Amino acid sequence: MTRPELSEHASPAALPGTPVLEVDDLHVEFRTRSGVVNAVNGVSYSLAAGETLAILGESGSGKSVSAQAIMGILDTPPAVITGGGIWFEGRDLLQQPAEEQRKVRGPGISMIFQDALSSLNPVYSVGYQIGEMFRAHRGMSKKDAKARAVELMDRVRIPAAKSRVNDYPHQFSGGMRQRVMIAMAIALDPRVLIADEPTTALDVTVQAQVMDLLKELQRDTGMGLILITHDLGVVNEVADNVAVMYAGRIVERGTVDDVFSDPAHPYTDGLMGSVPQVEAKGGRLQPIVGQPPNLAAIPSGCPFHPRCARRRLGAAAAPGKDCAADVPPLRLVVPGREAACHYSEEVLGV
Amino acid sequence: MGRYIARRLLLTIPVLIGASFLIFAMVYALPGDPIRALGGDRPLAPAVVAQLRDQFNLDDPLLIQYVKYVGDLLQGDFGTDFRGREVLDTIEQRLPVTVKLTVVAIVFEAVIGIIAGVLAGIRRNGFLDNLVLVSSTIVVSVPILVLAFVSQFVLGVKFGWFPIAGINDGWYSFLLPGLVLAAGSLAYVARLTRTSVAENLRADYVRTARAKGLRNRDVVIRHTLRNSLIPVVTFIGADIGTLMGGAIVTETVFNLPGIGRAIFDSVQAQEGAVVVGIVTLMVFFFIFFNLVVDVLYAVLDPRIRYD
Repeated sequence: MTRPELSEHASPAALPGTPVLEVDDLHVEFRTRSGVVNAVNGVSYSLAAGETLAILGESGSGKSVSAQAIMGILDTPPAVITGGGIWFEGRDLLQQPAEEQRKVRGPGISMIFQDALSSLNPVYSVGYQIGEMFRAHRGMSKKDAKARAVELMDRVRIPAAKSRVNDYPHQFSGGMRQRVMIAMAIALDPRVLIADEPTTALDVTVQAQVMDLLKELQRDTGMGLILITHDLGVVNEVADNVAVMYAGRIVERGTVDDVFSDPAHPYTDGLMGSVPQVEAKGGRLQPIVGQPPNLAAIPSGCPFHPRCARRRLGAAAAPGKDCAADVPPLRLVVPGREAACHYSEEVLGV
Repeated sequence: MGRYIARRLLLTIPVLIGASFLIFAMVYALPGDPIRALGGDRPLAPAVVAQLRDQFNLDDPLLIQYVKYVGDLLQGDFGTDFRGREVLDTIEQRLPVTVKLTVVAIVFEAVIGIIAGVLAGIRRNGFLDNLVLVSSTIVVSVPILVLAFVSQFVLGVKFGWFPIAGINDGWYSFLLPGLVLAAGSLAYVARLTRTSVAENLRADYVRTARAKGLRNRDVVIRHTLRNSLIPVVTFIGADIGTLMGGAIVTETVFNLPGIGRAIFDSVQAQEGAVVVGIVTLMVFFFIFFNLVVDVLYAVLDPRIRYD
């Protein structure tokens, strides 16, 4: 697995380093009959133009929920955004009226989903569904919108786009359907594209093609890409930076190279240890012991401490750093690297 | 699609033969002598009885009777009742009444049922949702006979808002009977639509529609309703056939001279030719509307193809 150099996919049109999207201390909870589920607990990150940020985490870590909060498509109720801000183009989207938020979806920020078959409406042709972007946001006629849909299908390299524009989603293969989703998402040249597990439902070979397509489109347009995944391989290949989430919090953040080669959080360390390596063939994998946390009852202190081999409790802990009592803040450990562990220096070995 | 429709139409032939034979056999099996009953209190002369029995082939075995009947039918002769009245005339006179009643009922069922179901499905557990739930439960629990008499008494007799009985006020006379006839199906359509809309609102493609920045109106109407209405349209289509044949109680209470009444009267009089003629026609309508529904299904849902 080799990773392209950063400079190679930084678009000349984009200014790397200028944040286009900033998420600030986002809190989301689900109010259900059986209690409150704290899905996102103070997540902050920023995304620069042309940057690919991978959000890595297991199911229930809050990665998809935080993305849906950015898009403004959470099911409310039960989901409620209880705090924080989502800054896009100088405005906090959460303070905007619903109509303003709607206008951002598509031309500003857009999203592609995991399962393209269920995410496309089965009763409309793909051309109609792509064209809807132009009709809803640009007021185009049905005919013009369809013509633009053909162009977009060409652009995402769907063969014979012109003759397939009136076909329905079920008539496409899985990879082609995901291309349709991508065509729809990039239709209005968004500044930010959120890809929620875009390749999880696809064959490995098709996965690579779809990721290549996303990277190519990003090079052309300079959009920021948020890649939500639990696939370490995909992260390693395409992302610039990575944020690792656990129990609705970011527990580690840095460049992909740094985080993957030298984790600063025991959870990240555990993730790396649980991936099969070609060099370690025949050896045993090291799973992370225990279960993912119940978000309705997140453990006190560091949410990872019940599963952590390095935890220090009571007298063994440094003052104010009891893993079961004191919540570790996300802090700068070494330049360019943040982690939410009291003992990151030990994990890193610095 | 054309081949499919042709095949389905061909398939109606054995169904019609089977259905008409079954009905014929059932009328044949009814106890009592229809010819003797014709005379009422005064017995008919034996010569007249014998002549009538011969005219209507009543002394033949069942199978011979049936074959003779079908033979006449194939020549366009539906036969006559025992009083010499052409069955075709009866149908011609009675059918428009039942068709009007059914049209009114279907319009009520579709319009009120779908609107109520959609509103309830969009705001689940809201006031309207609970109202639909309670009222549909009541309507489904009350027998149509009770519903018919109560509404006739309250809305027709007490308040005088609707004609009490008969068909002398044109379409207006069909409003109340139509509503009564539709009530059960209307409640079902409302519940079906509600469930379907509520389910579809949680679908992934509706989430996609929101993520595309579509207006809420478009998300609901284009991306939720069309998908939600597929099962509803199927039900309503099939219900046309059911309502046409099932209007006996309503037609009797509101004194509408329709097909249902004609069947009821002829069963009592053991008028085999009338019963079989009308019921076979009903069976044909039922099959036909089911075919229409199947074709409509393919129009609404592109995933369904018959070729």
